[in-house]
Amino acid sequence: MSEFTVSIGGQAGEGINRGGLLLARIAGLLGYRVYMYYDYPSLIRGGHNFATIRAAEKDCGGIARRPDFLCAMDQETIRRHTGIEIIVYDTDVAKAEGIGVPASSIIKEENASPIARNTVIIGAFCRAAGIPREIMEEAIRREFGSRAEENIRLALRGYHESREGRSVEIKTPQESPVMTGNDAIALGLIRGGLDAYVSYPMTPSSSILHTMADLARDSPLIVVHPENEIAVITMALGLSYAGKRVAVGTSGGGFCLMNEGVSLAGMAEIPVVIVMAMRPGPSTGMPTYSSQADLGFVLHAGHGEFPRIVIAPGTTNEAYEWSARAVHLAWQFQCPTFILSDKNLGEHPASTDIDPDFPIPSPSTHYREGIYRRYCTTDNGISPLRFPPVPGNVVKVNSYTHDEDGITTEEPRKAAAAMVKLIRKGATLDNEMGLYGCVRVDGISDAPIAVICFGSTGEACREVGERLSLRVVRPIVLEPFPIMQFAEALHEAEEIIIVEENATGQLASLIQRFGYTADRNIRSVNGRPFTIDELEGIIREVIE
Amino acid sequence: MKGAEYISQTQNTWCPGCGNFTIQHAIKSVLSDLGIPREEAVIVSGIGCHAKIADYMQTNSFYAIHGRAIPVATGISLGNPDLTIICSAGDGDAYAEGLDHLIFAAKRNVDITVIIHDNRVYGLTTGQYTPTSPPGFAGKSTPEGVKEDPFNPLDLMLSAGATFIARSYSRDKKGMEEVLKAAIQHKGFSFVEVLQVCATFYDVHTCYDDHVYRLEGNDPEDRRAAEVLVREWNYSGEGRIPLGILYSRDAPTFEERILAGKEGEIDRTGLIQRAIAKR
Repeated sequence: MSEFTVSIGGQAGEGINRGGLLLARIAGLLGYRVYMYYDYPSLIRGGHNFATIRAAEKDCGGIARRPDFLCAMDQETIRRHTGIEIIVYDTDVAKAEGIGVPASSIIKEENASPIARNTVIIGAFCRAAGIPREIMEEAIRREFGSRAEENIRLALRGYHESREGRSVEIKTPQESPVMTGNDAIALGLIRGGLDAYVSYPMTPSSSILHTMADLARDSPLIVVHPENEIAVITMALGLSYAGKRVAVGTSGGGFCLMNEGVSLAGMAEIPVVIVMAMRPGPSTGMPTYSSQADLGFVLHAGHGEFPRIVIAPGTTNEAYEWSARAVHLAWQFQCPTFILSDKNLGEHPASTDIDPDFPIPSPSTHYREGIYRRYCTTDNGISPLRFPPVPGNVVKVNSYTHDEDGITTEEPRKAAAAMVKLIRKGATLDNEMGLYGCVRVDGISDAPIAVICFGSTGEACREVGERLSLRVVRPIVLEPFPIMQFAEALHEAEEIIIVEENATGQLASLIQRFGYTADRNIRSVNGRPFTIDELEGIIREVIE
Repeated sequence: MKGAEYISQTQNTWCPGCGNFTIQHAIKSVLSDLGIPREEAVIVSGIGCHAKIADYMQTNSFYAIHGRAIPVATGISLGNPDLTIICSAGDGDAYAEGLDHLIFAAKRNVDITVIIHDNRVYGLTTGQYTPTSPPGFAGKSTPEGVKEDPFNPLDLMLSAGATFIARSYSRDKKGMEEVLKAAIQHKGFSFVEVLQVCATFYDVHTCYDDHVYRLEGNDPEDRRAAEVLVREWNYSGEGRIPLGILYSRDAPTFEERILAGKEGEIDRTGLIQRAIAKR
């Protein structure tokens, strides 16, 4: 088998995510590029969780099809996941046609914690898939660190109780880390110069907070978890005013609370990076599933008019690089800058190659001596950004319409001048973004049929585009909309298909403003990502 | 730096007789006395009549939004703990719209001075009740009289863990200066409730003049005595109103606890490499 897919399923609290990560590590050590989908309801114990790991020769943007292997921790997993060739299961708790091992009994005999049952089952899977013991052991060592020896012993018990099923191909081993989009965002922000991260937990953004808090333990990075999202963004703006490069993270519901702070950042021209990880709404919606229904919200969030940057990475690599750039751009343009992500990008690990030294332009530090005016008029609308204490000067920022010194004004000419300055800054930003590759094209770049998408649906569209010889056009930057690059990418396209995970066609509405109308729309609102086979089927139907 | 240098050229639009003038000039005098130059002081304000102080002071300032002065001030203090941060908030700001932030700032012992310009009425929106308006207060939103009781902010702050609790009165500038000087010098969260007369919408200065008294000889570190003092007047009925420092204690600040061991530059490449190695 040159490509394979394996699922592990069971109840919440049985270590399904960890088991999935171990399987992903094993596949990575076998030399595959891996992608893991993790499906879990919003509960702590019980229910049905599963992780599906796809191991392929090239980067994979999603799950392709039904798994080849199933690691079942309970009967429910066997009942739900049907038509799978090889089922590895715990004979103590389930019945199936497949390869059974008495995992629960082994755990008792070994006097191990019940949560380690996943390791026994994965050991059994390794034998069934013809995976060398040494690779299994190395993966366990890396996944479990100080608790590796106990887990290796358990995995070997499973391994020996199991038998050969169907062997997967062993490729040239490689060392790519397997990381989630949220990890990549955290590391990208740090690369970009972040000094502080402020966040209130909300799925699917919480793991950024956890990663940041872990990294902050042995570094000067500041991480704060305040009382609510209103405090999150206003505290972040205080840190920013004092000279720290700061980001916040949340999901739709928390972002609702942040809106007054977004508008404040726009008016007072205080830089901040906002990671907005989408999940299905309205309201609480489905906390642990994915959606692209907050595009319109983020594009328009905050009352009044002010420049902003909205970036929607589609891969873990893009998440890293664009998060690093986002910090630079936010401080260059002194405006709220969004990383628009979702559960499918944020929580699903994939093989990723990131450059720890990814280059970021240095901020300009040239100041004129003399009187400092926080909002002084300039040709490009950007006033020099300085932080208190500035010797002999005061730094006054203001949520009210203000003059060049930052003093409240309601005088008509000064009010108009303040808004003109903001809009001029937006035009400068629009020009500057032309220096970046804001639109990605995959598949066949001059194919007559173009699939347009954004964010995490991009990788599934790419794979289908490659299979069906279609053009796949994906704007990574959505505001300011990169119309020149977008028009170039769509040059001589004859048919446009828009794929997005919302009900009302928010991406379609956005590009319609620029004169591009969809010929066909493919939309999904069930919270789950498209599988590659499923999306291929739908697109085939649409184009035939 | 002379006191006058802390006052900006911006035209002042507070009403004649407004208690905010006293607060502004007390801050000016205390900054001058303590030798804190204006570039090292930051006034953070919310929204309301009180908040105009951000424009009127020639210091650094962050004129924030309604209810959010305190989290902004917390962020500034974490970002640069060497700055002297005075957070001016109204009773609508700190007790209604942003009460959660006030309680958390006390709980955390953030090293800022919070001055509540408590005029017990919404002035800038022309006269509605606030959380400290007395029972029966007839404002524009409650023409038949407010149908809830006020809460006692000092009692609340004591419960929330504030390490410095004081009360001043806008017709006692000297007392206010003493309190503010101690508040700014206090290491940790300093809560200063100012009974600030609103000359236009709720002028109760004759009542205050009759009831206030200066605390003398109390031990601010005596928690039990403080519990009695903060409850001497509950913002509704009659009662003597103590002015001065009601409570004070030493405790580690939020900044000290969060920023411990955070000196120096972040080794970004190293941090990213170590994170990758774990994955």
